[in-house]
Amino acid sequence: MEFAFSAEQEQFRDILARFLKDKSPPRAVRRLMATAEGFDADVWRQACGEMGLAGLHLPEAYGGAGYGPVELGIAMEEQGRTLFCAPFLASAVMAGYAVLLAGSEDQRHALLPGIADGSTIATVAICERAGLWSESDITVAATRAGDGWQLDGRKRFVVDGQTADQLIVAARSAAGVSLFIVDARADGVHRSAANVMDPTRKLADIDFDAAPAQLLGIEGQAPLDRIFDAVLVSFANEIVGGAQAMLDSAVEYTKLRVQFGRTIASFQAIKHRLADLLVDVELAKAAAYQAAQQLADGDSATASASLAKAAASEVYMRAARECIQLHGGIGFTWENDTHLWFKRAKSSEVFLGTPGEHRERMLQAMGV
Amino acid sequence: MIDDVRAEVRAWLATTWDPNRSLVEWRGMLVDAGWAAPDWPEAFHGRNLPPAAVRAVSEELAAAGAIGAAQAGVRALAAATLLEHGNDDQKRRFLRGVLTGEDAWCQLFSEPGSGSDLAGATTRAERRGNQWIVNGQKVWNTSAHHANYGLLLARTDWDLPKHEGLSYFVIEMHQPGVEVRQLKQMNGHASFNEVFFTDAVVKPENLIGSEGGGWSVAVTTLAHERSGFARSREAREDGGRAGRIYDEYRQEVAVANEPYSWYPQRAGRVDLVIERAKETGAIHDPAIRQEIARLLILDQSAQWYAARFREAQKARRTRGAEGSISKLAASQIARLASDVHTAISGIDAMLTGPDSPHGGIIAEILVSVPAVSIAGGTDEIQRNILAERLLDMPKEARFDTGPFRDIKRN
Ligand SMILES: Cc1cc2nc3c(=O)[nH]c(=O)nc-3n(C[C@H](O)[C@H](O)[C@H](O)COP(=O)(O)OP(=O)(O)OC[C@H]3O[C@@H](n4cnc5c(N)ncnc54)[C@H](O)[C@@H]3O)c2cc1C
Repeated sequence: MEFAFSAEQEQFRDILARFLKDKSPPRAVRRLMATAEGFDADVWRQACGEMGLAGLHLPEAYGGAGYGPVELGIAMEEQGRTLFCAPFLASAVMAGYAVLLAGSEDQRHALLPGIADGSTIATVAICERAGLWSESDITVAATRAGDGWQLDGRKRFVVDGQTADQLIVAARSAAGVSLFIVDARADGVHRSAANVMDPTRKLADIDFDAAPAQLLGIEGQAPLDRIFDAVLVSFANEIVGGAQAMLDSAVEYTKLRVQFGRTIASFQAIKHRLADLLVDVELAKAAAYQAAQQLADGDSATASASLAKAAASEVYMRAARECIQLHGGIGFTWENDTHLWFKRAKSSEVFLGTPGEHRERMLQAMGV
Repeated sequence: MIDDVRAEVRAWLATTWDPNRSLVEWRGMLVDAGWAAPDWPEAFHGRNLPPAAVRAVSEELAAAGAIGAAQAGVRALAAATLLEHGNDDQKRRFLRGVLTGEDAWCQLFSEPGSGSDLAGATTRAERRGNQWIVNGQKVWNTSAHHANYGLLLARTDWDLPKHEGLSYFVIEMHQPGVEVRQLKQMNGHASFNEVFFTDAVVKPENLIGSEGGGWSVAVTTLAHERSGFARSREAREDGGRAGRIYDEYRQEVAVANEPYSWYPQRAGRVDLVIERAKETGAIHDPAIRQEIARLLILDQSAQWYAARFREAQKARRTRGAEGSISKLAASQIARLASDVHTAISGIDAMLTGPDSPHGGIIAEILVSVPAVSIAGGTDEIQRNILAERLLDMPKEARFDTGPFRDIKRN
């Protein structure tokens, strides 16, 4: 297992960080979070074009750049740091991995190039109740209809469900749980935006009412765990980017703010809090990086994926809370940017399973 | 490359390893072959190998059942410090005995009046004729009762500012001017000591670095001590194998390394948690499972952090204070582990000695963990270091500038 980023990976990080600093300052985040679609189509085109962002982790045979989970982790971390508003998690990561890991060769060729170049926005609709992706939670029904299938039932918490062109939906037939491809604009698909606390992560509820669907991969054999692990690992990397941003912001502010004739950064009580936070952020980063490394090495990543998600999302919440606290009154205002990250921290804490659920999942994956 | 290293070690072991040699003879052979400290420079017993290759060497040694270089205690800090600040003569004189285990070392830094504030040391070293004469007292010096060499921080100039008047020496412990008294700890062991110097003698060639340059040498020792808290936390058992060398090794563990016998316990024995939870049935308690998982997550993350840090160190991409992250993580892990062991053991946590679970180990964990956040620089000091050196926050206000003799002291 590698324990360091290569020079090339560091260089990729720098280039992407510059791009995001330019395209995704808090001003842009605020503008986009107030829109229904939640992202800027021009910037998305540039990110996918110049930067090749959406196809980073997809094989070249399907229009991707052929990199792996470690590079994807870097991309996610930088996006998390800047709260980049884009359908990256939904389309590139979640749907990208779902098609890659579940689809037939023909389906990968049909769907992945569009995801990789950003022209198709896809997402996954798996969750019905909150929490982990558990097969037993899935009740949406799949029945054969002519050459294809039709779906009935309701999905919740679908990331970018309002804007997606294609939906990858988990549904149950007699053979068990399978994944299906659904054209999001087909008759029988009814989407309604959820009122989200974190407006940088748009969610939708989707009702399927005899919605036409095509089987993705093999009936009854949805590789939900493998997709989930891959998604979790990159999500954990996004989360540590956000946590680092909160730590940086808190440190920076305490060096500016003067009370009692000195900067508040000179108070030991504050230095010690931030030193403790630094330790926790660094450990969570190490966990997220090594989980990505393990996935890249082709090892089973279930335990480390859950480990990283639990560690990262708790630290993010803590960092956001500390950042507000150390800002004092201004930290509680709408005008100050900290709440944008605080809300992302909250949504990241519970999305795809709470820290407690992941601690238990980790133990079970370890055979404990 | 790693495979070549493995093959070479294996071939070498096939012709040389013999459990009926004496321990010192065997370790001497290891040193001469460069396998005792493969990461050290070639000029001084090493082969300049990267961390992954070093791991491979120790795996090969272990696989053959061969004993490795002496490692316990302060000797590793002595070696790291000498490698960085010693002159060639000093490296030649001291490094070999570190690896063979013939010499044992102790760290003579803390004093009754200065612990966290190490630079406030008042033990004095004065030049008389061609020698340094040492007077004063040190305290909390682990293993000083077994050591033949001490790493001594002493004041050589009282008129300079405190950090500039210190010098760093290697002192011979077995001499009339050095008196060592053991101190009993809260866990019942007596690993640390107080050490009194009355006209003790240091040879001039045992000044490490320059006169007045002792602080920067001490900082090197401390940095290695901090990052070392992340390593060697599990108890080693050797399965009672037969052969002269194993007998001598067991003797070393029982006597010279006795002061360290509780060190795995002070780190919290994370390795025992699941076994214990199965023994007591706590493994089925969802609340305890959550705490166990928290502990395992913290522990694994800290190990990954430490591995990344070592890699970054090799590539010279560190800022030098990162060892404090590992040290604070070690404190957190130890505290959480003692809570988890308590939850798993329940009321049995009231017992000690043979009545305590796991042959007394659980009790020993509970009463040893408080050492971790004090020894090697307290948690509060690590936090100061991180805030000031990694987060670039303002330094603490100073009340100790100017000539040392004028500063307020205990
Ligand atoms: C098991 C064990 C083994 C040891 N082995 C050795 C050894 O081999 N050699 C050796 O030289 N020493 C050794 N020590 C000593 C150890 O390094 C010191 O105890 C430690 O550095 C603290 O110093 P002190 O005991 O004087 O406490 P003090 O420095 O008096 O500290 C008391 C309290 O004040 C806090 N404090 C002090 N300064 C600050 C500050 N600036 N900001 C905030 N809080 C502060 C401390 O964190 C602590 O909580 C050992 C100690 C232990 C427990």
